[in-house]
Amino acid sequence: MIVLIILVGIFQSWNIALSIFNMCLISAVMTMGANIQWGYAGLINFGIMGYTALGGLAAVLISVDPVQEAWSAGGFDILMCLWLIIALVLIIRFILKNFQKSKVRTYAIAVLIISGILLIRFTAEPGIEAIEDINPAKTGFLGGFGLPIIFSWIVGAFFAGGLAFIVGKVALGLRADYLAIATLLISEIVIAIIKHEDWLTRGVKNVIGLKRPAPYEVDLQTTDWFINLVEKFNSGKLELISNLSDRQAALNQLVIEGSSVFVKLCYSGLFLTVVIILLILTQKALYSPWGRMMRAIRDNEEAANAMGKNVVKQHLLIFILGSAIVGIAGAMLVTQDGLFTPGSYRPMRYTFLIWVMVIVGGSGNNFGAILGGFAVWFLWIEAAPIALFLINFFTAGMSETHALKLHLIESVPYFRFLMMGLGLLLIMRYRPKGILPEKIEIK
Amino acid sequence: MDILNALILLLNYIFIPALTYGSQLALGAIFVTLIYGILRFANFATGDMMSFGTMVTILFTWYFQSLGISLGVLPTALIAIPFGILFMIIYMLSIDKFVFKYYRANKSPPVQLAMVSIGVMFVTQAVVRIIIGPSDQRFFDGEKFIIKAREFKEMTGLNEGLALKSTQVITVLVTIVLVSLLFWFLNKTKTGKSMKAYSDNEDLALLSGIDPKKIVMITWIIAGILATIGGALYGLDKSFKPFTYFNNMLPIFAAAIVGGIGNPFGAFLGGYVIAFSEIFLTYAYKKFFMYILPASMEPEGLVQLLSTDYKFAVSFSILVIVLLYRPSGIFKGKVL
Repeated sequence: MIVLIILVGIFQSWNIALSIFNMCLISAVMTMGANIQWGYAGLINFGIMGYTALGGLAAVLISVDPVQEAWSAGGFDILMCLWLIIALVLIIRFILKNFQKSKVRTYAIAVLIISGILLIRFTAEPGIEAIEDINPAKTGFLGGFGLPIIFSWIVGAFFAGGLAFIVGKVALGLRADYLAIATLLISEIVIAIIKHEDWLTRGVKNVIGLKRPAPYEVDLQTTDWFINLVEKFNSGKLELISNLSDRQAALNQLVIEGSSVFVKLCYSGLFLTVVIILLILTQKALYSPWGRMMRAIRDNEEAANAMGKNVVKQHLLIFILGSAIVGIAGAMLVTQDGLFTPGSYRPMRYTFLIWVMVIVGGSGNNFGAILGGFAVWFLWIEAAPIALFLINFFTAGMSETHALKLHLIESVPYFRFLMMGLGLLLIMRYRPKGILPEKIEIK
Repeated sequence: MDILNALILLLNYIFIPALTYGSQLALGAIFVTLIYGILRFANFATGDMMSFGTMVTILFTWYFQSLGISLGVLPTALIAIPFGILFMIIYMLSIDKFVFKYYRANKSPPVQLAMVSIGVMFVTQAVVRIIIGPSDQRFFDGEKFIIKAREFKEMTGLNEGLALKSTQVITVLVTIVLVSLLFWFLNKTKTGKSMKAYSDNEDLALLSGIDPKKIVMITWIIAGILATIGGALYGLDKSFKPFTYFNNMLPIFAAAIVGGIGNPFGAFLGGYVIAFSEIFLTYAYKKFFMYILPASMEPEGLVQLLSTDYKFAVSFSILVIVLLYRPSGIFKGKVL
C-alpha cells in the first residue's frame, strides 16, 4: 500500500501522494471505530456520518474565536434554552423513575415534550434571529472558544460518544438490520440539525479559515531555516544551474512546492501518531479479558448472558467507544481541510464507503481495518484515472469524436461507485472475512 | 367564506401534495416490505433500483418523443413505463441470480444480505450515473394542470386558488389501481397465498409443496413493477435526479417500518402517515389562522411547528418513536 502511494508520489506529485496518505490515515481511524463495533461486538452502526459531523462541529466550536457581539445579542436566550432543555430532561427522568408505567404517564410525557419544544422555540427565536443578524456574511453565529484546534480531537470524541450514548440507549435493543436503519436515520437527523441551526454552526454557509496545528505555507516561504533546508535538499539540482537569477527563481519555485509538502508532512505526523496510539490501544483491548468477553458476547449472546456478563451494558460501552473514535476522525478531517461544510456530509461518502473499508479490510482485525482504509480510499481517489485509462484502452479503435467514447469519458467520476460496489460484492462472495481475517490466538 | 378559503388553503398546500407524496412513498414502502417479508433482508438498494427503473422509462420517453408518439394531454412517459418495468425486472432477476441467490442458498444471516445489497446499491448507482448522468432530468410533457389556481379563483370568487396538477391526479389514480390489484393478487390468487405462506413460515411452506424459486421470481417481478411505477411517478411529479432517489430510500424505509415491516397494507398506510406528518408539521399556518381568527387575534410569527428544513427529520423521528414504543409497527408486522 505504501509502495502504491510512493508510486503516486513519483508519477503524479508528492503533494497528491501526501494528501491521499493523510486521507488514508483519517479513513483508517474511522474504519477502526466502525471495526470496534462490528468486528468486536457485532453491532451495526450506519450512523458514522453523524459522528463524523459531530467531530467536525467540535473542531469549529473549539478553535473559532468567540463572536462577542453575538454572545451579547442572543447569548442569554440560548443559555436559557440550554437550561430549559436540561430541566425538561430532568423532569422526564423524575417522572420515569417515580411513577408506574401507565398510559397516563406516557401521555403526560408526550405533552411535556411537545410543550417543552414549543416553549424552547419561543425563548430561542429572538436570540437566534439576533445572532444570525450580526454580520451574516462573516459570522452570524456564536463562534467557539478560541482554543488550539488539537483539543477538538478529544472534544470531538466526547461529542460523538455522548450522541452514541443517547442512540445506544434508544436503539441498541433492536435486531441487527433495524439497528442499521435506525442509526442511519438518526445520523440524518443530526446532519439536518447541523445544517440548519445557523446560530451554532453557520449551517450551509460553512465555516472557513479554521486555525491550524501546522504552520502556514505563506509563513514558511519567508522563513530562513526552511529556505536553507530546501536549498540543502536540492543542492545537487541547483548547482547545475549556473545563472544566478535563474537559480534564485528555481529555488523560489522549490520553496513554494516544498512548503505545501512540509505542511502536509506535519499533518501526516500528527495523524500517524493518532493512528499508532489507537492501534496500540485497540490491540491491547482485543487480547485483554475484556476483548475475549466481547467476542463471547458477539458469538453467543445468551451464553455470555448466562455467564453473568452484562450484555446490554457492554454493548452500550462498545458503541460509545467506537463512535468516539469516529468522532476523533471527524475532527481530524475538519482540521486537515481547515473548513467545515455541513452540506458535504453525505451517507454515501461517510457511512457506506467506511463500511466498504471495514468489510474489505477484514472485520475484527485492527490491521485489516487500517489496510481497508488505505486500500479503499486509494481506489476511491485513483478510480477516475484508472477508469480513464481502461476506457481509452478499450475504445482505442473508435474515433475521437465517437459519441459513446465521449459519453464514457464524461462519466469517468462515477466509475468509482462501480469499483466500490464490485469490490464489495466480490469480497463478500469469495473472501467474506476480508483481506486480513480475524486471528484469534488461544494460549 | 373565510372558512372556505381556509379549507381550500389546506387542501392546496397540505392535503393534495401530501396525498401525492404519500402515494409515491407507499409504492416504495410496499417494495421494501415485500423484499423484507419474502427474501428476508433490508434492501439498501431500494432507492437506486427505483432510479434505475425511472431511468429506463425516461430513455424510452425520449425515444418515443423523438419518434413523435405522444398521448396528447397525458404524459408520454405512461407508454414508456411498461418498457421500464420490463428492463427493471430483467435487471432485478439477473442481480438476484448473480448476487443474492448464493447467500440465500447458504442461508446467510440477514445482515450479510443487507451488506450485499449495499454493494448492489453502489453498482446500480454507478450504472445509472454512467448512463444518464447525475443531473436533473425533466421528462414531463402533456397538459400540466387540470385546474389552474387563477381559473379556480375566477370560477369560485374565492381568495385562495386551488391548483391541481395532472401528475398529482395520475399518481393517486395509478397508485389506487396498482395497490388494489396487488392486494387482490396477494389475498385471492393461489400464487399470492403461497407467497404469504412462504413469508409466514418458510419450512412449512416448502413442506406443503410450494416452489421457492417461483416465489422468489414473482416477488422480484412485483418489486420491479412497484419500483418502476413508484419511481416514474415521483420523477413525473417532481424531477429525476439520481441523488434524490437515493435519499428517498430513507423516508421509504421509515414508511415500511412504521406500517409494520413485512405487512404490505401497513406499508401502504405508512407511506401516507409519513407524508402527512412531514407536511403537517412543517407547514406555516399563518395564512390559515388569518382566515379563521378575527383580525385582532392574528398571529405574529409564521405559526410553523418546525422549519421546512426539518422535513426529513420529522419522518425519522416518527420512526424512532415507533421503534421505541411499538417495534412491530402500527399494523403488526414481524416482531423485531
